[in-house]
Amino acid sequence: MDIMEKLRILSDAAKYDAACTSSGVDKRAGRGGMGSAMAAGCCHSFAADGRCISLLKVLLTNVCIFDCAYCVNRCSHDTERAAFTPRELADLTMQFYRRNYIEGLFLSSGVAGSPDVTCERMIETLRILREEYRFTGYIHAKAIPGADQALIARLGMLADRMSVNIELPSAASLAKLAPDKTKRAILAPMGYIQQRIAESSHDLVRYRHAPHFAPAGQSTQMIIGASPEPDYQILQLSEGLYRRYGLKRVFFSAYVPVTANPLLPAVDTPPPLWREHRLYQADWLLRFYGFSAQELLDEAHPDFHPYVDPKCSWALRNAASFPLEVNRAAYEELLRVPGIGVKSAIRIVRARRAAALTWDALARIGVVLKRARYFLLCRGRRYPGLVNDRDAFLLAMMSPQEQHLYRSQESGMRQLSLFDGNEPHLTALQREAIRCLPMIL
Amino acid sequence: MSAHDLVTYRYDGSWEGLLCCVFESYTAHELPEAILGPEAPETSLFGSKTIVTDAGHAARVEVSLPQKLGHEAAELVRLTFFTCLPEKELWMLRFLRLGYQYGPQLLQFAGNDTVYRLQKAVQHLLSEAHLLKGFIRFSVQNNVLVTTIGPKNCVLPFLAGHFKARFPEEHWLIYDAAHHMALAYRPYETAILPLESFSAAPPDAEEAKFRALWCQFYDTIEIRSRHNERCRMTLMPKRYWKYMTEFTRDFAVPDANPQLTVT
Repeated sequence: MDIMEKLRILSDAAKYDAACTSSGVDKRAGRGGMGSAMAAGCCHSFAADGRCISLLKVLLTNVCIFDCAYCVNRCSHDTERAAFTPRELADLTMQFYRRNYIEGLFLSSGVAGSPDVTCERMIETLRILREEYRFTGYIHAKAIPGADQALIARLGMLADRMSVNIELPSAASLAKLAPDKTKRAILAPMGYIQQRIAESSHDLVRYRHAPHFAPAGQSTQMIIGASPEPDYQILQLSEGLYRRYGLKRVFFSAYVPVTANPLLPAVDTPPPLWREHRLYQADWLLRFYGFSAQELLDEAHPDFHPYVDPKCSWALRNAASFPLEVNRAAYEELLRVPGIGVKSAIRIVRARRAAALTWDALARIGVVLKRARYFLLCRGRRYPGLVNDRDAFLLAMMSPQEQHLYRSQESGMRQLSLFDGNEPHLTALQREAIRCLPMIL
Repeated sequence: MSAHDLVTYRYDGSWEGLLCCVFESYTAHELPEAILGPEAPETSLFGSKTIVTDAGHAARVEVSLPQKLGHEAAELVRLTFFTCLPEKELWMLRFLRLGYQYGPQLLQFAGNDTVYRLQKAVQHLLSEAHLLKGFIRFSVQNNVLVTTIGPKNCVLPFLAGHFKARFPEEHWLIYDAAHHMALAYRPYETAILPLESFSAAPPDAEEAKFRALWCQFYDTIEIRSRHNERCRMTLMPKRYWKYMTEFTRDFAVPDANPQLTVT
């Protein structure tokens, strides 16, 4: 099999992994080496689905002894199989990197033979890159659940980022859909990696040349929509992972049905992209806006609203804490205003030192007022000419896409108001939309 | 100084030349209605005043920038010189006049048109440079990495450090077709040279193979059921596609029996 065929099969098998970031570490090539990385990350291209291509994302092999129902590479699936030799993949990476196609390598693998054998082959690939070719670009390596700790440790010394995919957000779904994996087998390497990262950063404080274990941290991924967990449970779990394992990122991947299986959504189900989008919005709120999962969702409201983003929903449910006076509100309070992001909040805090802000000044420093004007006061005044009309307000809360979704469903019935409190009986809605419609009220 | 001096400056297009325009504006107590580079056509009925670049004058202005405006504002003005802001010279002069009057606090002038324009222009410059760090596609030609770009802003100086850190042992050349300049590197020195035209030779067999492999990867990595043309275009505007391997699909080797031309 030639390299072109292998690349086709093994990138096709790897593409459902969401993570393609090259962020978290700054470094440059030493003399005689090749490769650098920037902490902000760098996108080299965007695929026709709009996803960033930053790393060469491939499997070392798609041969796998496991039989996870949601996975294209499970052993019971009749598909083409291929494997790179470590040398082939290292050469390909260097040639792509040299032409500036990629920022580095994202290496994962099916479990061929045993977890240890698989892990050793991955280590060999990275060893060739790092030691023989003196490659200092970005490498994201996937820890193989069940591999020996010594091997995970070696992998972490060669890679910039490590990840262990949780895939399914509950032990019950894991038992049902991934019979060969257990919660413990996934969390054990995650805990070990966290411990090594902590040790390494401790050593680096004391010894400048101490070896650096996974300097860009670790991440994980969950599949959304393959199993019945509500958003609430997924968000709680993400928050727990950030706290307990110090993860850099939790990625969400809308489940794309790959084969018919009575335990999984039907093959023609579209991937739940809206739900994935909402989870990412909430993920940002957890990481940068000081929200907790409990504030965004609870048992009574287990799912995100289809038309209104998580921050708006929160603000609507906490209407009593608004409006806020722009010139006096704390930075943390400003961050919670719908329509104000980290940049706008910083600008407000900075600009109001020079003079008390007016509505005009707020617009001029680049704060988008479409939503924020409903939640703010400037020098004690409301936004001039603000109509307290529920429909106008509602439309202002939605993005154009959300308005489109809302209108296309509204045309099916005489009137749909989010404010009438009645749960509407709709048939033509997307499944996810039906489930969480009455959430904010 | 009257606000409506019907005078036009013509300078040599260099940073020092522009500083001399600033010097002239202050010593002659006038605010020009236009500052023209050497190639700009004559527009004023009254002709233009040619500003001769004087190293001494330029140095005096240069030294005053961080002192009077603070480092952040001085940096902003310095970077604006590389942007594609229309009439950038005039906006820079206005900014400097504001700066000399108010000092470093001028950056906080919420909504001042001049400050805003400079900040926007510099943001555009730096974001374009950042995008190109990813979107540049090198071809390997006689073991030299070569590429062409067509940016709106003059980004070459902002790419040098990045690619130097990345490929310290390679020889490479980035040709800016829009500004007719090239950034060239050989271990361990960089240079920016004027270059009227440049085109890479057709690919040899090895180069064509990796281009084809890259296109294969690019096509395969898309998840068809998530196809989203608009999202791709927002994140990677079409004007960059012209020079990118995955869109040009140029991997035909011209000679059936490929031989490296040795010159």
